[in-house]
Formats: sequence, structure tokens, C-alpha cells
Amino acid sequence: MHLMFFTERAYHAVPEDEVLRIRSFFGVPNKFFDAQKGSELLNEYIDEKILCDELGFDGVMLNEHHGTPFCMGAVMDVEASILARATKRARIVLLGNPMPVVGNPLRLAEELAMIDLLSKGRLVSGFIRGAGSEQLFNNANPAYNREYFDEAHDLIIAAWTKPGPFRWEGKHFHYRFVNPWVLPMQKPHPPIWIPGLISPETVIWCAKHRYPYVALATSLKPTLELWNMYGKTAAEMGYQAGPENFGYLQPVFCAETDAKAEEMGKAFLYGGGFSHFARPEWMFPPGYNSKEATRRLASQAANPNLPHAALDRDPANDAEIQELKARLYATYPDWQKQGQIITGTPKTIVPKLRHVLEVLRPGIFSFWLDGPVPLEERRKCVTLLGKEVLPQLREIGKELGLEDPFSRTPGTRPLVGGKPEPVGHEELIQASA
Amino acid sequence: MAATPYTEEKFRVGETDLIVLKGGSGKPLLVFHGELGFPGWLKWNEALAQKRTLYIPLHPGFGKSPMAGWVMDMRDLASFYSRFIREQKLTPADVIGFSLGGWLAAEMAVANPAQFSKMILVGATGLRPPSGEIADLFTVTARGYLNKSVLDTQNPEFARMFGGEQTPKQFEEWEDARAETARIAWKPYMFTQSMEHLLDNVVGLPTLLLWGKQDRNVPLSVAELYNKKIAGSKLVSFDNCGHLPEVEKSADFIREVTNFLG
Repeated sequence: MHLMFFTERAYHAVPEDEVLRIRSFFGVPNKFFDAQKGSELLNEYIDEKILCDELGFDGVMLNEHHGTPFCMGAVMDVEASILARATKRARIVLLGNPMPVVGNPLRLAEELAMIDLLSKGRLVSGFIRGAGSEQLFNNANPAYNREYFDEAHDLIIAAWTKPGPFRWEGKHFHYRFVNPWVLPMQKPHPPIWIPGLISPETVIWCAKHRYPYVALATSLKPTLELWNMYGKTAAEMGYQAGPENFGYLQPVFCAETDAKAEEMGKAFLYGGGFSHFARPEWMFPPGYNSKEATRRLASQAANPNLPHAALDRDPANDAEIQELKARLYATYPDWQKQGQIITGTPKTIVPKLRHVLEVLRPGIFSFWLDGPVPLEERRKCVTLLGKEVLPQLREIGKELGLEDPFSRTPGTRPLVGGKPEPVGHEELIQASA
Repeated sequence: MAATPYTEEKFRVGETDLIVLKGGSGKPLLVFHGELGFPGWLKWNEALAQKRTLYIPLHPGFGKSPMAGWVMDMRDLASFYSRFIREQKLTPADVIGFSLGGWLAAEMAVANPAQFSKMILVGATGLRPPSGEIADLFTVTARGYLNKSVLDTQNPEFARMFGGEQTPKQFEEWEDARAETARIAWKPYMFTQSMEHLLDNVVGLPTLLLWGKQDRNVPLSVAELYNKKIAGSKLVSFDNCGHLPEVEKSADFIREVTNFLG
């Protein structure tokens, strides 16, 4: 089992009311950014990853967002480069580089190759389409998002594996001299994992490429539905999908007492959390969704990415902002009950995590700590996870046969009887309900 | 029950089907709809249809016309339509274009002014505004953009077309239209860099520019630049009017268009 740690590197110093005023982290005016505070936070987040490495986490996971206090890692390859030198053992897992918005995939291939060399072969590369708001921020045409993604991926793999120099005359990318001098240490190229939320197109694409798919904290049942879709495509490709094909990201808050951890966990809802990542019109710019997805959206009153939207319009005044805030935090017990935020001491959270592992059977698992939790509490949480929870999860992983992509190459599990076995245990969700 | 005042015909243009709405009788008038698609049969359509046959093609990817994947900018779309009107023997055509449809007409005119006999541009995009900005369709909802396009959303014709709750069908059509507009007009947004220079080529084409003085979507400065650049053009701007003079100043609009077309 590959066990890793993730945080969005949020800028918490922004007044929460400013996020709630527009119901969106993206779009909060940057006059609220204080460089002194930003400097402190970025350094703390790097230190936290180094601590994870020292504590024995198998990986540290980074992501990238633009123009938002939700995540300060606007150019995550900068952070990854530092970690390549400052950590010793942990894999540097990038989930992922938003290829369509980067604009220059060849440069990205070079950056990633450098990170792989600097880390002496510890890079795990991952690619994403980028959230809708990233398309707006970077002025990347959302109507060609999927085409950019596919072509940039093919170009990066070619740049890493095909002897140069060669020309690239694609639909969207054109290069007359593809011959990157610095190539990755890992051959034929670094492992590629793909994170995702709800897009079936991405899941099927992953299965075809035999890339592990990492579900970003989606609830258990729809996660399994998507993973079984992966399994079906895998079977069509002639292999059985196993734990090595799947990863799962789970918000976890660990403290020395249950009450303390429960209090900490509320921080995850700060500003509305992911439900206020960006306004719907920024989440779904024109052409970003497939026609099928647009049709699904048309028949839904609410945005599927906003399951906990607590007010169906923008607050009109300060009193309504407070009302919205109260309603948001009132959803906390539901989040906990549904297991979407796990809190507790090492002793009490292990059984909860075991349940998740039994249901989903992922070979990759990432803890997710976020929200305005004070520095010392964050470090305590990470330390408890590393020292007390990790060893127990490793044993559970062994017991459940949760092989990761390093112990078994994804796509090499034989298909028995020509039909796919279910990838997890959906029946256990019902049993626990 | 009243039938629709137009029929729907399918044409083949190269490899692509093109759906064209046809209504009225008389000499053809080519109508290019804007960035949110065909808005419906309005009073001005009804008035013009008394003497003219309106040809209203639904641009590829908008509504019922399937997308043409190779159309990636306005020049591509203009070339596509040049072929269509030549093959249908509509050349030289009288044309009226609204907003993005006005840009399309202008793009065709700069390539070959002789393919039109008369041209009317209504709140047309296509030029970088010398002052002000073209409102961004892509960072707001379609409804938000539409509401900005008129000074009074209670205008009866506007309310009839776009008032009330947004239906799933409307949402889907608007999203199709926005996606297709993004494919051809994302960057630079809604204009061709070279248009200002190429307009010098538009000679011998009677051109009427119709604009709302308070247009918040495409500023009046764009109309003034078109007027300066197109030889012999005439600009008529309406006071107390936004981006949709055909709706907001319907009677004046009909009078100007009828007088111009003769």
C-alpha cells in the first residue's frame, strides 16, 4: 500500500466572509493577500512535507490551482523541485499538472524530467484537465480542453520516450525541434497517476492507458461506480483492475482526544470548503463539459459539485453572510456521519479508515488535512498519523492484499473467465449504513 | 393553431449539414444570428418577411446544425458561408448580421465585398473597441449576459423570449451556443486583429450600421470605427437603447432596415 499526505496549501488569512460573499474562493480580490503571511504559509507547507518524509510516509502529494486562496500552489513544480532536494525517501506525487492550461507541454516535459532527476527517480507524474476556473485564469479555451489534454499527453510521452529530434505538427501544438536534453531518470518514464472527481470520460481514458485513477474524496458509492466502469474497460483491454489501479483521497483529522479532533475537522468547511471552490459559471465555462455532461446538468437544479450549497443565491448583506456561515457549519455532522470527514485519535480513526479500505480496496491512499488549523495542531496531526496510524494501515493493507502500483504494475493482473470481478465491496457500505 | 412562420430546410455544405430557417416571400435576405443562437421569430422578422424571404442559417454547432470540427476561427466560418451562398446562388446577397453574426458578415465582406449587395451590421463585434470593452460572455451565465444586453428586461418582446424560469432546453441551447462561440471567438475575444486594416477593402458595398447608444455589450466606439473604415457607410444609433435595437427600438429598427433595403 502506498500511503501519502496531501494538503491544498490554502491561504487561510483571507477573511472567510469575503469567500462567502461571492460563494467562491476563485474571484476573491487579491488585495486580501498579505505577502508576509503568504511567505510564512508556503514555508510551513514545505516543512510539513519534509516532516512527512521523516515520519515515513511513502509519498507527498501536491496539486495546482490558479487565482485562488483555496490553494497557494499555483506553480506546483516549484514546490516539487524543492521537495526533490529536501526530502530523502518519499515519492513526490503531482496530481496533477493541468496540461490544457499550461500551454507549453514541451516545457512541462522538461520541468518534470528535472524534478525526476533532482529527486533521483522519485517523481510520480499526474495530469489533469484543470478546473473550469483555471481555464478562465489562464485564458485556455475550454471548448478545446479535452483535445488539449489528449494531445499534450501524447506529446509529453513522446518527448520522454521517442528519440529526438523530431517535429510535432498536431492540431493544437506545433514544435519544430522536439529533443529535450534532460530526460527522466525513471524508464520508460515516471509513473503516471490521474486524479479525478466525476468524469466518466477520464476514468475510461485511464483504464485504456492502464494509469491508476485517484478519486478525490468522492463519496464511497459513486466512487465504486466509477471504479467498476474502469474495471469494465480494463476487462475490454484484457486485464483485471486491482488495488494497484486505484487511489483514494480522504480528509482525516487526528488529535490526542476525539473532542479535539472533532473540533479540528470543522476547519475543513472553512469558507464553504470545496463546495465554494468556484461559482458554477466559472466551474463550467463554455465547452468545458461534454454535451452529455451538459445535458445531465441541464436537468439538475443544483451543481453536482456543490452538494452542500447552503443558499441558492448570493448573500445580499452581512446578516445573510452570517446566516450562510451558520448553515454551512450546521452540515458538519452529516459530513462526519457519511465518513467524508474522518476525525479521531489514532485508536478511533483506524477502524474508520479500515472500513474505507475494505469498501474501496485502493492500493494508494492519501490523507488530506485542510482548513485553518493552527500550525502546532497540524504538526501534531501529521506526527500521530505517521507514528501511530501508518504502521497499522500498512498491516491492514497487507491483510487485505492492497497492492500498490510499485509492487504490481497496473494492468498486469490477469482477467479470469473473461469477465471483470467487482473492484470493491459495495455491500459493506449498506452494511454500515 | 398557428404554424411557425418559417420552415426548416437542411442544406449540404461540403461535408457539413446546415439547417436554415426560411420564412416570408420575395427577394432573399440573409440573416446571421448572434453568439447565443437564433432568438426566435420577432416583430422585425415578421415585418421584413412581408417583402423578403428570410434565410436564417443556424451556424454549425448552434442548435440543430451539427458542429464542423474544422471551423476554429471566424475566417473559417466566413469561408464556409461564402461557399454556401455561392452554391445556393444567393450571391450577391443582402445580409443583416447581429452581434457575432455582424462580425461574420464583416469578415465575409473584407474577403470579397462583391458577395453582398447590401450589408447591415447590428451591434456587431469583430473590431477591437477603440474605447470600452466587449462584454465577456464566458465568465457569466447566458441569462446574465442577455439581461445586460437590454436596458429594460421588462420590455414585452424581451420578456416573451427570455423571461421566466430558464428551461432545461434553453440551458442546453445556450450552452451549445456558448461552446461554439468559444471555439471560434475565445482569443482574441470577439474580434479579428487585422479587421481594422482589411475594412479598407470594403468598397462599393452599401452598409448600414445600427446600434444602441447605450450598448453595454459592444460599445458604440466599435460602430464608429466600422463607420470610419467602410467607405460610404451610414451609422444610425438609437437613444435609450442597448445591444438589441431590433427588440428595444423595434419600430425604428424596422423603418431603418426597410428604407435601407428598399
